[in-house]
Amino acid sequence: MFSFEVGSLLNIALVLVAGLVISIMMIWVERRFLGFFSDRLGPNRVGPFGIFQVIADAVKMLAKEDWIPPFSDKFTFVIAPMILPIVMLMSLGVIPFAPGVGVMDLNIGLLWIFAMAGLASYSTMLGGLASNNKFALLGALRGAGQMISYEVFMGISILGIVVLSDSFNLREIVEAQEDGWFVIPQFFGFVVFMVAGIAESHRWPFDLPEGEAEIISGYNTEYSGMKFGLFMIGEYIGMVVMSAIIPVLFFGGWLAPFGLEFGNEIISGLFWMGAKTSFFLLFFVLVRAALVRPRYDQLMSYGWLVMLPLSLINLLITGAVVLYQAG
Amino acid sequence: MSTTSASLQQSMAEIPAIITELYQKFGESSFVRQHTAEGMPTLWLGRNKLLEVLKFLRDDQRPRYEMVLDITAIDERLRVHRDGQPDSDFTVVYHLISYSGNCDIRLKVALQESDLTIPTIISLWPAANWHERECWDMFGVVFEGHPNLSRIYSPPTWIGHPLRKDHPARATEMEPYRLDDDIVDTEQEAMKFNPEEWGLERKSDSSEFMFLNFGPNHPAAHGVIRFALQLDGEYVIDVVPDVGYHHRGAEKMGERQTWHTYIPYTDRIDYLGGVMNNLPYVMAVEKMAGIKVPDRVEVIRVMLAEFFRICSHLLFFGTWAVDLGQLSPLFYAFVDREKAFNIIESITGGRMHPSWFRIGGVAQNLPNGWEVRVREFVDMFPKKLQEYNKMVMDNTMIKQRTVGVGKMNTQDAFDWGMTGPALRATGLEWDYRKDRPYSGYENFDFEVPIAVNGDCYDRAAVRIEEMRQSCEIIRQCLENMPSGPYKSDHPLTTPPLKEDSKQDIETLINHFLSVSWGPVMDPTEVTMSIEATKGINSYYLINDGGSGAYRTRIRTPSFIHIQAVPFLSRGLMLADFTAVVASTDFVMADVDK
Repeated sequence: MFSFEVGSLLNIALVLVAGLVISIMMIWVERRFLGFFSDRLGPNRVGPFGIFQVIADAVKMLAKEDWIPPFSDKFTFVIAPMILPIVMLMSLGVIPFAPGVGVMDLNIGLLWIFAMAGLASYSTMLGGLASNNKFALLGALRGAGQMISYEVFMGISILGIVVLSDSFNLREIVEAQEDGWFVIPQFFGFVVFMVAGIAESHRWPFDLPEGEAEIISGYNTEYSGMKFGLFMIGEYIGMVVMSAIIPVLFFGGWLAPFGLEFGNEIISGLFWMGAKTSFFLLFFVLVRAALVRPRYDQLMSYGWLVMLPLSLINLLITGAVVLYQAG
Repeated sequence: MSTTSASLQQSMAEIPAIITELYQKFGESSFVRQHTAEGMPTLWLGRNKLLEVLKFLRDDQRPRYEMVLDITAIDERLRVHRDGQPDSDFTVVYHLISYSGNCDIRLKVALQESDLTIPTIISLWPAANWHERECWDMFGVVFEGHPNLSRIYSPPTWIGHPLRKDHPARATEMEPYRLDDDIVDTEQEAMKFNPEEWGLERKSDSSEFMFLNFGPNHPAAHGVIRFALQLDGEYVIDVVPDVGYHHRGAEKMGERQTWHTYIPYTDRIDYLGGVMNNLPYVMAVEKMAGIKVPDRVEVIRVMLAEFFRICSHLLFFGTWAVDLGQLSPLFYAFVDREKAFNIIESITGGRMHPSWFRIGGVAQNLPNGWEVRVREFVDMFPKKLQEYNKMVMDNTMIKQRTVGVGKMNTQDAFDWGMTGPALRATGLEWDYRKDRPYSGYENFDFEVPIAVNGDCYDRAAVRIEEMRQSCEIIRQCLENMPSGPYKSDHPLTTPPLKEDSKQDIETLINHFLSVSWGPVMDPTEVTMSIEATKGINSYYLINDGGSGAYRTRIRTPSFIHIQAVPFLSRGLMLADFTAVVASTDFVMADVDK
């Protein structure tokens, strides 16, 4: 049944603020690292190492003309960019960061994350459709298609974990990894989830709904100012959520590797969870610097013909092994 | 000037084989022969014979003339020196090239102002389409049977034909321009894309097509060009390229600048090619003047031209990767390009448009210590190319996106007038530098890279290898740079060496004259072509004895290549279309002149 526990007010505030700040800082981190990867410096002028670049960006974005195209569906046009950051923050709410740290402890946390990811696609679709622009329409169609196909095997890829840990609760999934991270028994599940996760968060190289070289900026072509900013922040929160979910599901969440625990369990938990999350955040940036955007039909056939069978086989084998062990 | 007329007499004495054969086939009375400075066989013929002769040259003649390199026109009405040429108000000029026989022929058709019509030759070469539209736009020559004879460079609302002699060249010669509301409305209306005009259907049996405006401002359009795409979902059914947004009338400017002061304009035609653009122009003028440049000049010119080839190919390579969706190679390519530009800057003082070649030489001698930086570059660059190969060309995803996409075979390339790396990617080993060496390329040891499939991947692979070969050529320039003057001591060298003007009054007067109005040469015509960064770039100069050209015709490769984009991208997906556009390697200034 549906049951949840909400953390203390301080807990909620801290998680949300930290989540937002990290997401916003990711804009700078990403630009800086992309700079290094491509033999440049990246933004390094505003503040020490350029970290206040995000403030300059935010001021620019707020000061820009907030233009609503006269040919658009105005109500939907305004609503669409709000959906993305809201649902992404809501998925952030079920992630356990350390023992006792997290907004809400939900017994169907994993399903919640999927539900929110599904809702996020409305942002892309509605934004693209409301813009009444052909490039935005193409972007929205791509977004919808990509979302539907990648969500299918993203879901199947982690069913193995549910079988192993016997729970949809993220906290229990972490605790079930005390004896060993799920990445080892669920390696294929991890690979599929990772790819699907990049596709879900529309990160390069799966940013086909935006596909700059083809459809300018895709679904957000007509957006400017803070409305565009909301899409961007939403994407970065999504990136943080995805980078936090992967350790929770496959890398033991807040559990320290090799018994390297220190201080009390909250400090240690936060440190390890932070370290693992940062690793995947940077991995996302590296992927963006290195890979090539596939063509739309290649992306689709890759999803349905490679990833889906792989995740199904993974689930079947996991189930068989678990049943065999249970006798 | 005596040298010119001597060589002219020599070329008159021997009749090229192709002319004899045409005489035999069609009768000598059908033709009038003309002599030009570069010695290219040139024949006048009547428009009723045109299609027949062109078809014979394309199909039955051995060697075959596979490609129409250029079609242009000349407004002859104010031309004074036309000795022996048939009476003509407007002349349409066809320049054919034979790759198998490594020779050219120029055919001219005389037209009267009262009857400016000539049959189209699209049935023979589809590439003629845009050339003919350009002739209509610029001169008002009507090509009968052309499917859509509309303006190509000027807006559809333009009045007059810009390259006619009675059309003003400067804005100050025209009425002040006013943008009234009704003009705005007309112009806006004229910008609308009307599919029926291009023979495109609005829907098929199964679906309604979407017409997508790809450009004039689009991240992957590489400048101001518009492609009107007919899409079925994401599949490209057809494409209509719309050019002319960058048209600056470079040919018209050639008619009012002196020979010398036109050099900076050439830099800005293919603005990624820098001084390489100067080369065919100054070579053409030197041909007319009879200047033989010193060896050192030739080697310096080759070295800088190859540096610019590397710069241009690096930009191509980076943007090609970024259009396919790989971010980083662009920045690596630009870092290397910057190194090459630093060397160019220390030699010429300029970066992208140094305008550094002169009639009869180059602007200055090489600076002291130039060898050090050039050696650094040639030692560093081949290693970088290996990195690029590993990172981009060997990348499986890049191959998935480009291999087999936008294919054309050698025959298609002939039909569509593709030259340069695009032609070599189809498997034809033909490089102007190798097959018709100019500026001393015969003294260099280099390979002509080719590929087999003629797809997007091959067009890039050929260019990568060309960069390696260019680097080799630069190394040979470095090791074998001849000593000697950086300018010819010919009296028509412009500007002459300053030291000479300090000797006596004669040289001072000469210097004064050549600085004031530059060289004045015997009336003649000349075409000079080079293997430019993107294909064959040629200058066809008509000298009527003035201080500048009577007519300057620039054949730019990008213009022709853009025309083939619809052929290459029909039936592909939108993302492939970007790959095709990126692999075409064009510069809008080179397209629009």
